[in-house]
Amino acid sequence: MADNHEHGAVGHIVPIKMLVGICAVLLFLTALTVWVSKLNFDTVNIGEANILIAMGVATVKATLVCLIFMHLKWDRPFISFFFLASVLFVLLFVSFALMDTHANAPAIIPGNSTVIQQKLDALDASAQAAHASGEVSDGQAAHGDHAEDAPAHDAAAH
Amino acid sequence: MSTTDTPNMTGPAPVPDNYLTYSRGIWSWLFTLDHKRIGLMYLMSVLGSFFIGGIMALLVRTQLLVPEGLIMDQDQYNQVFTLHGAIMVFLVIIPSVPAALGNFVLPIMLGAKDVAFPRLNLFSYWLWMTGALMFVLALFTGGLDTGWTFYTPYSIDTGSAMGGVIPALTGAFVLGFSSIFTGMNFIVTIHRLRPPGMTWFRMPLFLWAIYGTAIIQVLATPVLGITLALLVVERAFGIGIFNPALGGDPVLYQHFFWFYSHPAVYIMILPGMGIISDLIAVHSHRHIFGYSFIAWSSISIAIFSFLVWGHHMFTSGQSELVSVVFSLITFSVAIPSAVKVFNWLATMYKGTISWNTPMLYGMGFIFIFTIGGLTGLHLGTLGTDIHLHDTYFVVAHFHYVMMGSALIAFIGGIHHWWPKMTGRMYNENWGRIAFSLVFIGFNLTFFSQFMLGSQGMPRRYGTYPADAGFQFYHVLSTAGSYILAIGFFITAGYLIQSLLGGRRAPSNPWGGRSLEWQCTSPPPHDNFSEAPAVGDCYDFSVLRWDENEQGYVWRDDVAHPGSEDVS
Amino acid sequence: MYGQAKEHDHDHDHPDFLGHHWESPTQQFEAGKFGMWLFLTTEVLLFGGLFCAYTVWRSNHPELFRYGSQFLDTFWGATNTAVLLISSMTMAMAVTYAARGKTKAVIICLLLTLMGAAGFMAIKYVEYNHKFHEGFYPGLAFYEEPNASHLWQPLDETAVAHLAHDKTMDMDESNLLHAEALVRAELPEAPAEAVTWNKAVAGPGPGGLTTSHEQEQLAEFTAFLPEAFLGDNEDIAGELEFADGHAPGEAPHMAHPLQDPVRPVNAQKFFTIYFMMTGLHGIHVVLGGFMIIWLLYRTIRGEFSREYYTPIDLGGLYWHVVDLIWIFLFPLFYLI
Repeated sequence: MADNHEHGAVGHIVPIKMLVGICAVLLFLTALTVWVSKLNFDTVNIGEANILIAMGVATVKATLVCLIFMHLKWDRPFISFFFLASVLFVLLFVSFALMDTHANAPAIIPGNSTVIQQKLDALDASAQAAHASGEVSDGQAAHGDHAEDAPAHDAAAH
Repeated sequence: MSTTDTPNMTGPAPVPDNYLTYSRGIWSWLFTLDHKRIGLMYLMSVLGSFFIGGIMALLVRTQLLVPEGLIMDQDQYNQVFTLHGAIMVFLVIIPSVPAALGNFVLPIMLGAKDVAFPRLNLFSYWLWMTGALMFVLALFTGGLDTGWTFYTPYSIDTGSAMGGVIPALTGAFVLGFSSIFTGMNFIVTIHRLRPPGMTWFRMPLFLWAIYGTAIIQVLATPVLGITLALLVVERAFGIGIFNPALGGDPVLYQHFFWFYSHPAVYIMILPGMGIISDLIAVHSHRHIFGYSFIAWSSISIAIFSFLVWGHHMFTSGQSELVSVVFSLITFSVAIPSAVKVFNWLATMYKGTISWNTPMLYGMGFIFIFTIGGLTGLHLGTLGTDIHLHDTYFVVAHFHYVMMGSALIAFIGGIHHWWPKMTGRMYNENWGRIAFSLVFIGFNLTFFSQFMLGSQGMPRRYGTYPADAGFQFYHVLSTAGSYILAIGFFITAGYLIQSLLGGRRAPSNPWGGRSLEWQCTSPPPHDNFSEAPAVGDCYDFSVLRWDENEQGYVWRDDVAHPGSEDVS
Repeated sequence: MYGQAKEHDHDHDHPDFLGHHWESPTQQFEAGKFGMWLFLTTEVLLFGGLFCAYTVWRSNHPELFRYGSQFLDTFWGATNTAVLLISSMTMAMAVTYAARGKTKAVIICLLLTLMGAAGFMAIKYVEYNHKFHEGFYPGLAFYEEPNASHLWQPLDETAVAHLAHDKTMDMDESNLLHAEALVRAELPEAPAEAVTWNKAVAGPGPGGLTTSHEQEQLAEFTAFLPEAFLGDNEDIAGELEFADGHAPGEAPHMAHPLQDPVRPVNAQKFFTIYFMMTGLHGIHVVLGGFMIIWLLYRTIRGEFSREYYTPIDLGGLYWHVVDLIWIFLFPLFYLI
């Protein structure tokens, strides 16, 4: 484009048309990933591919934002290098943590965590107590009409 | 500039117009944009915190004089060692060299008028003050007894850990940002504010070290930020990130914490090493040996430091594969440090050594750091670490490197640049006496702790069995700590005395070639009244001692700075 | 300030916006950008920790995340993404216009960006509000009975009112009382036994169903759920293709997690990491909003020109990073 190398007083200027165009591409890519995920949940089970497509497209979108919106395409390469290095450090952190946790994963204790389990047990106990003593929950009061049908329904279900 | 103006007096001429006299009043200091003033304020704050942390240390040592504990119970002991650690790590050592000395010296050494972002620099200092105040607040809101490492699940359990945890975490978070902004400032300054002629490989090695440190500060500290923020949220709201009872992962906390805290120890040591490079070269009056090796070793230490955090977690249940990998890389991170030590020794060889206090601290550093670094290898070895983890061996190791090396280098740097910063010379004899006490006291205190640790004395314990043979070493260690304290008090004494009536300092008392020695002591507000000349900052042959000046000046048969283009 | 007030270098032309230690506006601009990029790397590392937590947990409990993401409304998430992308564009446009010296256009673009920020937070508010009504809290609070859930069986009065209100909004029914009656008519029968919280834990992975006795109990428990909410009973305890067991082509069934037979263990962890990451991101959006307001203020006061628009450029960089983080958060929680 003719405007691509427009220079202002202190630096390169990104043309408006380019910004709008890139935004349109980004919106399209977003819609694409949403469509693929809906596909996965509702119609076809593409499983792992959904993750790869979603994260791959996200990376493409991020690259576009960095290069064009954030001006890295026209900046000194050292800045891109530094930014990429920080992403690399995050990946390093994640990979070591993953390696560690996978080695211990088979030993994960099954079931809910202790406090969660205690809470669930307590809720069970109070729900049983409430039911046994004949009180019903607020919601069930609304089903006053259906109350006498309930035992019959249950008997039919068994 | 000052040599021949006063023919009847010995000693340099006074410098009435300098950065200290530029403007007056407390607001001109609290709102200053002058990096030199900010550096000085940091220096005073850091030394004040060091005093408080040091009192905590003396309390710890005193407690351990007898097996059943002398002066406090275990709860109080937990608080004392936690405060000692947290204050020393977050308030003293991490900001010490970069913020206090770096802020003052870096722009002048570089040849710039100021750091890249002076307002950000001031903001960094205000953040430090805020963080320090939050630590004080922690003391008044229930105390802090988690250890400076804030390990979960103890620190998130509001029923056990004391109430001052959240203010302390917030304080550390704020201090982290102070560190980040300082690092950002230094990186941009070194990249963009070098004057013409100051290429990367003409920079003094102190600047290379500060640059490596700044990289670590920028990349590692945010992870500490998110860790502390998550701890606060977990403790306040019980969301279940690190608490296994709520579905979280406590080992993940350790990964998070040490991903920052290991590079953090290199934030502590790397600038100190940079100081030593300059101290040794200047006071041996000999060109530094292996300049580019030392420069690259600073960068490689900065990068390698990110790859070894798991060596703090060998006994945490970390997977064996990961432990082996971390152990291997830990061995390799010792290599750049060793490169530096060899280069410093080679620099001293056949040099003309001036036995000034800074040089004594420099040589002390080399001795102490060698021991500290080598014992790190004991701890990096998986097999021995299983036995040594959480014992006094670890305590001794990290005090050797953090206190005996980083702090010694800091004090050496303070002495080295004291004439420049204050325009005064301190009493050299008292300096040597104090150094001797510090050196002897330090080694007595902490070498005995290697013995204790290898025999099984656990760390963070306020009592110990009477029949284990520990008491002898504990008494030695405590005696050493008192000697150390006396040494520091004497240091404070003669430094303050120099401010009140010390001999006036020349521009170049030691014979340095880097740019800060080309301006007056103290420097003018704008650092340089005329553009400095950049040459080889380790070529000392162009200087000679001047009796009148009581300092070093350019030789008459060599082109003076500024009179020709030195390329 | 104190230092700068006295420092006007008279040797060469030194504009007011140029710091005393800079040689030229370009040097100051480039250095400012570099400094901002360094700050942005710290933001990456800050969120990086949370991405690490997400990755570690997801790799250990993939079923948790597949299950949890069905409770997030992809429509609102996608709208938020679009809003942020467009606001990123308007911010970049503001920078371009600033470099060309077109102050009015800069103000308009900054206002549009600000609207984007506000819109994002408004949508976030709607989403979070819905979550809290459903009872989706991080941590232990997840296991409290929700106050206005659309999924909770049996429903309480507040939820009945909500559903009835939704019905009238859909224009299915204009009479609120009649709508309530319709809602109640569609409700299942009250169970003979109390709702047992513990039993509603099944599905693949640790803590899942293993014995026929438990499967029997599950059958009893699910008997009272409406037909439409159940898929093929045989598949529920087996390997699930979809987190909630619906077959391809069927609409996903959603029961409230606390009553869902296929709720994974520790289901609250999904919402813990969701609220942590989106919450921290939301804080950054709010801070970005304040920053844009400050830039607007300075632009209106005429502090910027073709030669000096550095704060707008740097503010733009920060805003783009906020957008970048959301670009990754959106698929991680809503799409996969």
